[in-house]
Amino acid sequence: MNAGSYDLIVVGAGIVGASCADAAAAEGLRVAIVEPGPIGGGATAAAMGHLVAMDDDPAELALARYSLRQWEGFADLPEAEFSRCGTLWVARGETEGAAIATRMARLAAGGVEAHAIDAQNLYELEPALAPGMYGGMLVPHEAVVYPPRVARYLVQRAQTRHARLYAGRSVQRLTHGGVMLDDGTPLHGPTLLATGCALPELLPQLPLRPRRGHLVITDRYPGLLRHQLLELGYADSAHGDADSSVAFNVQPRPTGQILIGSSREFGATDTAVSPAMVQRMLERAFSFMPVLRGLQALRIWTGFRPTTPDGLPYLGAVPGRTDVWVAAGHEGLGVTTALGSAQLLLDLLLGRTPAIDPAPYAPARMSA
Amino acid sequence: MTEPMTEHYDVLVVGAGPAGLAAAQAAAMHGARVGLLDAQAQAGGQVWRHDVRRAAPRAARRAFASLENVDVLARHSVVAAASHSLLVETPDGARQLRYGSLVLATGARELLLPFPGWTLPGVTGAGGLQALTKQGWPIADKRVVVAGSGPLLLAAAATLRAHGTHVLGIYEQAPASAVHAFAWRLRHWPARAVQAVGLRARLAGVPYRCGTFVRAAHGEPALSSIEVEGPHGVRRIECDQLAIGYGLVPNVELAGLLGCELEHAGAHPHVRVDSLLRTSVPGVHAAGELCGIGGLAAARIEGSIAGHAAAGAYGNAAALLPQRTRERRFAALLSQHFALAPRLHALATPQTLICRCEDVTLAALDGFSNARDARLATRCGMGACQGRICGSALAELGRFPRSGSRPPLFPARLATLAVAEAESFLPNDYRGNRT
Ligand SMILES: Cc1cc2nc3c(=O)[nH]c(=O)nc-3n(C[C@H](O)[C@H](O)[C@H](O)COP(=O)(O)OP(=O)(O)OC[C@H]3O[C@@H](n4cnc5c(N)ncnc54)[C@H](O)[C@@H]3O)c2cc1C
Ligand SMILES: Cc1cc2nc3c(=O)[nH]c(=O)nc-3n(C[C@H](O)[C@H](O)[C@H](O)COP(=O)(O)OP(=O)(O)OC[C@H]3O[C@@H](n4cnc5c(N)ncnc54)[C@H](O)[C@@H]3O)c2cc1C
Repeated sequence: MNAGSYDLIVVGAGIVGASCADAAAAEGLRVAIVEPGPIGGGATAAAMGHLVAMDDDPAELALARYSLRQWEGFADLPEAEFSRCGTLWVARGETEGAAIATRMARLAAGGVEAHAIDAQNLYELEPALAPGMYGGMLVPHEAVVYPPRVARYLVQRAQTRHARLYAGRSVQRLTHGGVMLDDGTPLHGPTLLATGCALPELLPQLPLRPRRGHLVITDRYPGLLRHQLLELGYADSAHGDADSSVAFNVQPRPTGQILIGSSREFGATDTAVSPAMVQRMLERAFSFMPVLRGLQALRIWTGFRPTTPDGLPYLGAVPGRTDVWVAAGHEGLGVTTALGSAQLLLDLLLGRTPAIDPAPYAPARMSA
Repeated sequence: MTEPMTEHYDVLVVGAGPAGLAAAQAAAMHGARVGLLDAQAQAGGQVWRHDVRRAAPRAARRAFASLENVDVLARHSVVAAASHSLLVETPDGARQLRYGSLVLATGARELLLPFPGWTLPGVTGAGGLQALTKQGWPIADKRVVVAGSGPLLLAAAATLRAHGTHVLGIYEQAPASAVHAFAWRLRHWPARAVQAVGLRARLAGVPYRCGTFVRAAHGEPALSSIEVEGPHGVRRIECDQLAIGYGLVPNVELAGLLGCELEHAGAHPHVRVDSLLRTSVPGVHAAGELCGIGGLAAARIEGSIAGHAAAGAYGNAAALLPQRTRERRFAALLSQHFALAPRLHALATPQTLICRCEDVTLAALDGFSNARDARLATRCGMGACQGRICGSALAELGRFPRSGSRPPLFPARLATLAVAEAESFLPNDYRGNRT
C-alpha cells in the first residue's frame, strides 16, 4: 500500500472523530487522523461531559441509549474520570411535575430506568435546593466524564492499532479520492468528516449552525451537590428555537467542583464571555440553588455546539459524493452520543446493518 | 439582585503599592478625579505591606498622607475587564468602575521553583513568609532558613529576625563572584548601598552563603530538615521553616486581559510600554514591577510618570525620564547578577508535584509542548491559583510558556459574576473552552 493511502481518513479529533478513529482501528482498518489543534480541543473541551438520555425525540433517545451502553465500558477507565452521579430532574411546580409521568414512560420504553421523586425525597437527595420545589425524576445510572481526556485516550488507543495521527495539520480541501492537507500533503482513501462546527467549511451543502454556550466552574465544595441537576424544563431550552435561552443545569465534578450551565445562543460567533448571558444563567441557577451565590468561581468559558436544523446529527454517506462520510452536528449531546455514532457509522461504512435504524441521521435527509 | 454600583474616574489606578500610590498622587495633582484600588485591606503593596509590629517607613507614610484628593478603594479586587470598565469584587458586593484612563500597577509575585519536598507544610516563599509575619502570624522562636535568590532574601530575613525568629542562614544561589560584583556596582547607587549595609547590620551574625541552594526538603508530616548544596558539598540542616524564593515574576494577568502587548524577553513576560509608560492599548498605562522587575525606586518613579501621563500632563511625565533610566539600569544589574543557575531547573524529579492545586507531577507533563494541551490532558493549572505558581515554574523550567489570561482574574463569588453591565468581558480573542 502506498504511503498516504488509508482505509479511512478521519478529519477532526474531537470526541466524535476520536471515537470513529478508535472504532475503525479496532476493525483493523488503516486509519489516518488529521487534527490541527489539541486532541479534543474543540467543542469537546468546552462540554460538561454529562452522559444523559434526552427523551423528547425518539431518534435522539435511541442513539443516546445505544451509546450509553458503550460508555459502560469506560466506567473503570481512570482517563475517563467517570463518575456515576445520576441525573436528578427537578420540578419547581405542579405543571412541571405533571410532565414526569410522560417522561418516565418514554424513558422506560427506551429501556432507561427512572424514578419519580416526591418533595421530601428531593430534599433528602439534594438539601441545598431552594425550598418549595415540587419534586422530580431520578435517572440513577447516568454519569459524567471528562471529555477531552477520553478523546485523547481514544486517539492513543487507535494509534496503538497503527492509526497515524497528522497532528498540527488540517484538511484544506476534499480531493478526488481523498483530502489535501494544509502543508500540501495529499492523503488517499475514504474520508470521514468529523469537524464539528467547522463542517460547512469543507461541506457547505449540509446546514449547520454554531450554538454558543457558557459554563462556569467553582472551587472545590465536596458534598454540596451529589447529582447532576437539571430543571425539567431543560428540553425547552435545549430544543427550542429561541435565539437565546438559559436553563438550570449543575454538575458535581469528581473533584468536588461544581460546573454550572447552561446557556444557548444562536448568532453569537465570538468566543468572548457575555456578562449578560452569564448573569441570566447564574440567576437561573441561584433561583434553584441559592447557596451557589457565595461560592467561588474559578473560570468561565464559552463553547459552540454544532447544531443541525432538526437537532439530529449527520451520520452516514454524503449524498452525491463517493467515499465521503460525515459524523458531525451532535449539538449539546455529542459526548453522550459519540460512541454510538462511531459504531453506527462503521457499520454503514463496512456494509453491515447497524444495531439501530440509521435513517433519522442520514445526511441525505437534507436534500430530500 | 446584585446591581453593581457604577462609578466613573478620570484616572483609575490598580494596585496601591509604591507605583500605584505615586501614580494616584501625580494624577490627582492635575485635578483629575482619581480612584486607587487594591485587593488588600491596606495600601502599601509588597514592600510597604502593613506590619503589625513596626511603623511604616517614612517614604511610605508620606505616600499614604498624600492621598487626600484620591478615592482610596481598599479590598477591591479586579476580577474581570470590559472596554473602559473593570468588574471589581468588594466585601459588600460587586462594583463596576469606569475610567477615562487606567494605570496598571499590579506589581509582582514570587517565583517558586519545584524541588523534592517543596510542597511540605513549613515550606513557603521568602517574601510570602515575610508577608505572613508582618500580618502577625506567630513565628517567634522558630528556626528558619531563608534561601533562593536576590536582595529580597535579605529583606525577608530582616523582617523575620525582627519578629523574633532564629534565622539559621541565608542561602543565595548566585555565585559569590556575581554577588560581590553586584555589591561593588552598588556604589553608583549610594542610597541602595546604604540600604544594603543597613540590612546586613540588622542581620549581623546570620551566615550568608553564596553559590548555595536547597536540593530537597524532608519531614513527615511537616518540614523538619533540608539539604543544601554549595561549593563545599551537601549539608543537612534541621529547621522548622524554609522561606525560599527565586526572584519575582510580574503580575501581567490584568494587562493581558485588557489586550496590552507583552514583552517576552525571558521566561516571564512583562508589559511593553513606551517611554511615557503607555501600553499598546490607548488610555492604559503601566508602572512598577509589571513593566519588568525593577524594585522599589523604579516603581515609585514610574508611578509618578504614569500618573502624570494618565492625567495628560506629559511635560511633568517627561521631566522624570532621566531618573527612570537610572533606576532601570539598576534593575538590569539585578537580573544580570542574580540570574538563576541552570542546575536549579533540574532539581525536580519526575515524581515532584508541579501543580499542587491539581496534584500533577513533572512526569505527567512530559511530551507536552504548550500549556493548553497539557491542561486539557492533566488539569495542570486548572486550580484555584489559576496556574500562577505552576505556570510560571514551568516557563522557568523551559517546558512551555504560560497561557493567556481569562476571567475571572482571581477566584470570585458567583454573585459577583452575575452582573450584566458590560457588553462583553475581555479578552475578545478568547479561546472558547475550559482552558
Ligand atoms: C457548553 C457546552 C456544554 C456541553 N455539554 C455537553 C454534555 O454535558 N454532554 C454531552 O453529551 N455533550 C455536551 N456538549 C456537546 C458536545 O460538546 C459536542 O456535541 C461534541 O463535543 C461535538 O464533538 P465533535 O467531535 O463533533 O466536535 P469538536 O470537539 O468540535 O471536534 C471537531 C474537531 O475538528 C477539528 N477540525 C475542524 N476543522 C478541521 C479541518 N479542516 N481539518 C482537520 N480538523 C479539523 C477541530 O480542530 C476539532 O478538534 C456541550 C457543548 C457545549 C458547547
Ligand atoms: C512577596 C514579596 C515581598 C517583597 N518584599 C520586599 C521588601 O521587603 N523590600 C523591597 O524592597 N522589595 C520587596 N519586594 C519587591 C517589590 O516588588 C517592590 O519593592 C515594590 O513593592 C514594587 O512596587 P509595585 O507598586 O510595582 O508593586 P506591589 O508593591 O507589588 O503592589 C501591587 C499591588 O497591586 C495589587 N493588585 C494586584 N493585582 C490586583 C487586582 N487584580 N486587583 C486589585 N489589586 C491588585 C496588590 O494587592 C498589590 O498591593 C517584595 C516583592 C514580593 C512579591
